Amino acid sequence: MLKFPIYFDNHATSPMDPRVLEAMLPYFTERFGNAASRNHKYGWEAEEGVEHARKQIADLIGASPKEIVFTSGATESDNLAIKGAAYMYREKGDHIITAVTEHKAVIDTCKRLEKEGFRVTYLPVKKDGLIDLDQLRAAITDKTVLISIMAANNEIGVLQPVAEIGAIAKEKGVLFHTDAVQAVGKVPFDVNALNVHMASLTAHKIYGPKGVGALYVRRRNPRVLLTPIIDGGGHERGMRSGTLNVPGIVGFGKAAEICRLEMATESVRTKALRDRLNDKLHAELDELYINGSTEYRLPGNLNISFAYVEGESLLMGINDVAVSSGSACTSASLEPSYVLKALGAGDELAHSSIRFGIGRFNTEEEVDYVVAKLVSVVSKLREMSPLYEMVKEGVDLSKMQWQSH
Amino acid sequence: MAYSDKVVDHFNNPRNVGSLPKQDPTVGTGLVGAPECGDVMKLQVKVNPDTGVIDEAKFKTFGCGSAIASSSLATEWLKGKTVDQALAIKNTDIVAELALPPVKIHCSVLAEDAIKAAIADYKQKQAGQ
Repeated sequence: MLKFPIYFDNHATSPMDPRVLEAMLPYFTERFGNAASRNHKYGWEAEEGVEHARKQIADLIGASPKEIVFTSGATESDNLAIKGAAYMYREKGDHIITAVTEHKAVIDTCKRLEKEGFRVTYLPVKKDGLIDLDQLRAAITDKTVLISIMAANNEIGVLQPVAEIGAIAKEKGVLFHTDAVQAVGKVPFDVNALNVHMASLTAHKIYGPKGVGALYVRRRNPRVLLTPIIDGGGHERGMRSGTLNVPGIVGFGKAAEICRLEMATESVRTKALRDRLNDKLHAELDELYINGSTEYRLPGNLNISFAYVEGESLLMGINDVAVSSGSACTSASLEPSYVLKALGAGDELAHSSIRFGIGRFNTEEEVDYVVAKLVSVVSKLREMSPLYEMVKEGVDLSKMQWQSH
Repeated sequence: MAYSDKVVDHFNNPRNVGSLPKQDPTVGTGLVGAPECGDVMKLQVKVNPDTGVIDEAKFKTFGCGSAIASSSLATEWLKGKTVDQALAIKNTDIVAELALPPVKIHCSVLAEDAIKAAIADYKQKQAGQ
């Protein structure tokens, strides 16, 4: 039995795994203590729950539990990593390197630092959405203190060459932070194998609760120090003050443990569903363009432009399927996705894009339903599209004189 | 985003989708917008040269649901109007009829532009006859 709307937007957030909820429940009621209370059983129980979760999360990424700093989510983790390192190492240098396709939590943090006098290089990406390692090398100066490049992109799902970036950072003696929110739990991620110094994580993308995240902060080779951005009681080794969200953290830990145990089989399954979706769409529709590398990509991600069909109208036509679009009309800013624009494929393909995020709870039956629906709606909208008609008449759209508005 | 019932109705059952022969001297064609902006409208009218009344109107639109609804509505309104009456259609009439939110007003502006462009094309053809 299909349940509507079908949820194919797992990069936005994921439904919570019932096993996670079960682990969390006691921490709302009988084990309600403050993990910082050192003098009674309630505090000890809460602390135990937190420390167990810290280990579960550390195990997923090959870290030591002491290297996990809990936060309110990945946006805070990105802010703490970038601002914390920039302020701490300001004497050493004032230059940061990131990429144009990063999440806003990274880009806007860098923009703020620019206003404060730091210098930031925003690396472009190639057509496939990956950064050019030679450009990265060339951008590093003796004033560079931090490189922040995401592990997997939230829109196009491409996997940046994190291991190679880590090796370059190590060789040049520069700190390397990666926003690993979309990658961790979906693809193998080991902080030592990848030479990562800091990594942002969040629970709600891996079937855990919203409102809880973590920053991995390396303690050895080298020991990374951060200036806190939230001051207070000195929780989390002084890096992040504030009473810990104990139920959330316990759920995050459980979610991480499930990912560690099930990722190998789950990623094969989600990739098979993604490939089924892609193959079937290509069998029935022409002029589809996949955005981003098909080789270096998250198993559950597919980002396709349906040429000559505008994204929001497509979403309206498939309103029993929950997905997202890079179209301007679906965003508050009235600008199409900056990530898709950065690929250089032209704004019209950004306007025509749909992001599918397939996850743990999706099924083959759902994929087949979505394909059938898309084929019918895309065909209908193309019949209605002046662009499709012109192309079929042999008009070269790029040679037309359009009146921009 | 929540759409008004009228927008949903025009989107699901668009009126007058299609094309008229571009070369026909009684047909005026307007093509407005740009693919990189996310909306392109093609609107055509077929005018009875003796009476100046629009007999037929057709559209094709690449754009969001509100753009499709605006052009669909425009074709409905155009039929039976004289050329001069057609030029009196204002984008604000479309906004009111479809209950478009502020971020979608540009769709109605585009529809008004398309009407004007189609009629200008028809008049130019007639002048050249």
